[in-house]
Amino acid sequence: MKSAVVLLPGLNRDRDMIAALTKISGQAPATVWQTDTEIPDVDLIAIPGGFSFGDYLRCGAIAARMPVMRAVAEKAAKGVMVIGVCNGFQILVEAGLLPGALMRNTSLKFVCRQVKLEIANANTMFTRRYQPGQIIRSPVAHHDGNYFADADTLARLEGEGQVVFRYAEGTNPNGSINDIAGIVNEQGNVLGLMPHPENLIEAAHGGNDGRALFEGALGIAA
Amino acid sequence: MIKARITVTLKNGVLDPQGKAIEHALSGLGFDGVGAVRQGKVFDVELAESDKAKAEADLKAMCDKLLANTVIENYSVTLT
Repeated sequence: MKSAVVLLPGLNRDRDMIAALTKISGQAPATVWQTDTEIPDVDLIAIPGGFSFGDYLRCGAIAARMPVMRAVAEKAAKGVMVIGVCNGFQILVEAGLLPGALMRNTSLKFVCRQVKLEIANANTMFTRRYQPGQIIRSPVAHHDGNYFADADTLARLEGEGQVVFRYAEGTNPNGSINDIAGIVNEQGNVLGLMPHPENLIEAAHGGNDGRALFEGALGIAA
Repeated sequence: MIKARITVTLKNGVLDPQGKAIEHALSGLGFDGVGAVRQGKVFDVELAESDKAKAEADLKAMCDKLLANTVIENYSVTLT
């Protein structure tokens, strides 16, 4: 299974994402630059975390309007898997590939710590290697992870099982509505989440709770 | 040339933690009786356009496409 990583100025977790995908899939992902209008034939496109365009205007707003995101949207429409982590999640909502918005943390503080996540839906391409309701650990590092959606959208997300990751055991770091940490689109091939599973994939990280996400998405035996 | 001011504000019902912090800071400075404070953004835009109706339509399109996130924000356009 092949992957690609989207590169934008101001991202800073791109190397972590590339390292994780390389280690887990055994081959380095292709990289695509913000001005690229074509993405190679891959199974998974990853948008890493960071502060694209300095978080100017709104987090992810400028990045979402770059040419490469039109290419991502075309691939997503064809069923290619897309994962956006942290700023990548913010970019996906700004691009309209996922519903809702990510707002300033209610604490107004940047949070950098480990949280617990409940697998709220284990029946997705991204979570199929986890058990339903399983609690995993994951690092978070963000200032704007407070997920918001209007009541109708929220009801639809909850009703359709589109809420995939939820902050568990009182570890919600940002005030996110319904403790939402990650969601998928209606088709289930686009995932956005604030936590960083790519930073917990091997013993040197202090655990590998995030590894199964990529193994599941890439169809790699554990 | 047409000059315009665009104001972007959070929709009612959307929590505004920054507005809340400002509200508390104002109370701390002794400004009693400050009710809710909501924070927003202002954009002053210059357009090389003479047709006011066209300018207004363009500015609204700019808001919908970039300047405002209409999931959480309202905007208003005023030609100055």
